[in-house]
Amino acid sequence: MTEAVSFRGVSRYFGSVRAVDGVDLDIRDGEFFAMLGPSGSGKTTCLRLIAGFEQPTAGDIKIYGEQAAGVPPYRRNVNTVFQSYALFPHMNVRDNVAFGLRVKGAGKPERHKAAEDALAMVELAGFGDRRAGELSGGQRQRVALARALVNKPKVLLLDEPLGALDLKLREQMQEELRSLQRALGLTFVFVTHDQDEALSMADRVAVFANGKMQQVGTAEDIYRRPNSRFVADFVGSSNVVPADFVGAGPHDRWASLRPEDIRLDPLGHEAVVTSRAFHGRVIKLGLKLGNQSLTALIPATETLPQPGDKVRVGWDRARVHVMGNGA
Amino acid sequence: MSAGAILPARGGLAPRLLDWMMRHPAMFTFLLVLPIVLWLGIVYIGSLIALLMQSFFSIDEFSGVVKHEFTLSTYAELLRPANFDIILRTVVMAAAVTLASAAIAFPIAYYAARYAKGKWKALFYIGIMLPLWSSYLVKVYAWKLVLAKEGILTWIFEKLHLMWLLDGLLALPVVGGNSLSVSYLGTFIVFIYIWLPYMIIPVQAALERVPGAMMEAASDLGATPGQSFRMVLFPLALPGIVAGSIFTFALTLGDYIIPQIIGSGRLFIGQAVYVQQGTAGNIPLAAAFTVVPIVIMGVYLWGARKMGAFDAL
Repeated sequence: MTEAVSFRGVSRYFGSVRAVDGVDLDIRDGEFFAMLGPSGSGKTTCLRLIAGFEQPTAGDIKIYGEQAAGVPPYRRNVNTVFQSYALFPHMNVRDNVAFGLRVKGAGKPERHKAAEDALAMVELAGFGDRRAGELSGGQRQRVALARALVNKPKVLLLDEPLGALDLKLREQMQEELRSLQRALGLTFVFVTHDQDEALSMADRVAVFANGKMQQVGTAEDIYRRPNSRFVADFVGSSNVVPADFVGAGPHDRWASLRPEDIRLDPLGHEAVVTSRAFHGRVIKLGLKLGNQSLTALIPATETLPQPGDKVRVGWDRARVHVMGNGA
Repeated sequence: MSAGAILPARGGLAPRLLDWMMRHPAMFTFLLVLPIVLWLGIVYIGSLIALLMQSFFSIDEFSGVVKHEFTLSTYAELLRPANFDIILRTVVMAAAVTLASAAIAFPIAYYAARYAKGKWKALFYIGIMLPLWSSYLVKVYAWKLVLAKEGILTWIFEKLHLMWLLDGLLALPVVGGNSLSVSYLGTFIVFIYIWLPYMIIPVQAALERVPGAMMEAASDLGATPGQSFRMVLFPLALPGIVAGSIFTFALTLGDYIIPQIIGSGRLFIGQAVYVQQGTAGNIPLAAAFTVVPIVIMGVYLWGARKMGAFDAL
């Protein structure tokens, strides 16, 4: 089967800065693919390489088997939802959504019909006559989505599209995007720095750092079996400790132990509480076990230890993941 | 002694006045606006109204004395062929200068807004503004020498074996002439040179406000570079172009020095005003001539607004 997008040894340098550095990547047809990483990790540049806003310094990009290097954005059947939405301020919502069809020469009745349908799909039916400036952030987001989807792209690129929304709206949009993607069966490529968002939405996640792809896999893979200290720590802020400390392997290996996997256990190891923060459902404890600092998340229902208290903690050996050599 | 939650009031007239103003913000606004209102209301609008009233008077043909009776006969005089030619000539020149300035300014402004960074941007601003710091008269006289038959421009055309081109241009009816310095073409070139900065700066400011993502979005949605320009960049830059054209158009309408020094010697509105109020002593006709650019600019701004030039502001 043809991959939706495939990178082979793709690099993009800006002067001496290696924004993307030798990335090999395959995005499958019809999957929801997330690119996760801190700012400056190269994830957005990868997205821009797919859109055609950037050209690779080296390497080979194929979109559905077709060579994409050197092809300008307007000749790619790929559409982007921008972080800033980038709605045209001098047009109303309908003309914004119909823009892609207009430049491809569609007639007025046809493109207005398509625009109305696309607006209905994002639950903005009847908003066609409004100006972009009159809409709320969430509504603009939906218009940007409709404007991209109306072109029936082969791949939809989303550049931190939920970044500017408040938490409630964010969660609602996450769900809507997910169900929209399932309903349309389209390939979505989603860039985010929010690991919760990536893990909860995507079929597969690629973690980026320093222009390189660190790991790619299902959300569970990435979370349960991180292949490096960076991935373990960036995705769900793990406790990265020497493997022998948690009794899971030799001293020269690193192991990842998730904070939520540490529990209060009367038969466990003795530790000193160094800090405590209340998070509603859970309590975040800073612990000192010998010389090793650990973070633990424990249910808020338990009797709460104070900083300075001695507690006994334990963990399930099966939950400890030992990472590869040199990681 | 440790300070309390409320600091003691400071003595003296100025601090007390400031405290009082803090409690009466409306009074503060009033005092702030008062000089502007006085200036605009009395000095500016007042003298304009006085001028307007003059245009409704007429001059006694025999005695040359202004008759202080309201009449439209002075405006009727504007429509006499000799006077109407002056108006037509000035408006056509102003329109041509504006269009050419916009066409020349756009790429320069685009480069400055999109690509120039740091040191280059500072250099751009200095380059654009520098001509504005030197005397207008000196520049115009310099251009007279540049454009003269024995001037450097003729010399360059000669050296490049392009004299046929220059001669061809000068042989054109109406706009041509004996040399560039005594033709409408010369007037046109100097007008563009003098007013160009007033077009570049607002266009650059307008382009600066168009986010890069906007152009990427157009391209992403399938617009070719030409379509992106027509459907996104140009409409978004239009307020800047209109703002610039208000300068170039209005300044050309009113200028009386450039066409006097460089050109065919035929009058423009500004010169007509100068002649009528000075040598001819016909203040009412001079006032009527002055009203023409005001009316034209009013219609122009109204039209620009209708066309939605200010929508994206």
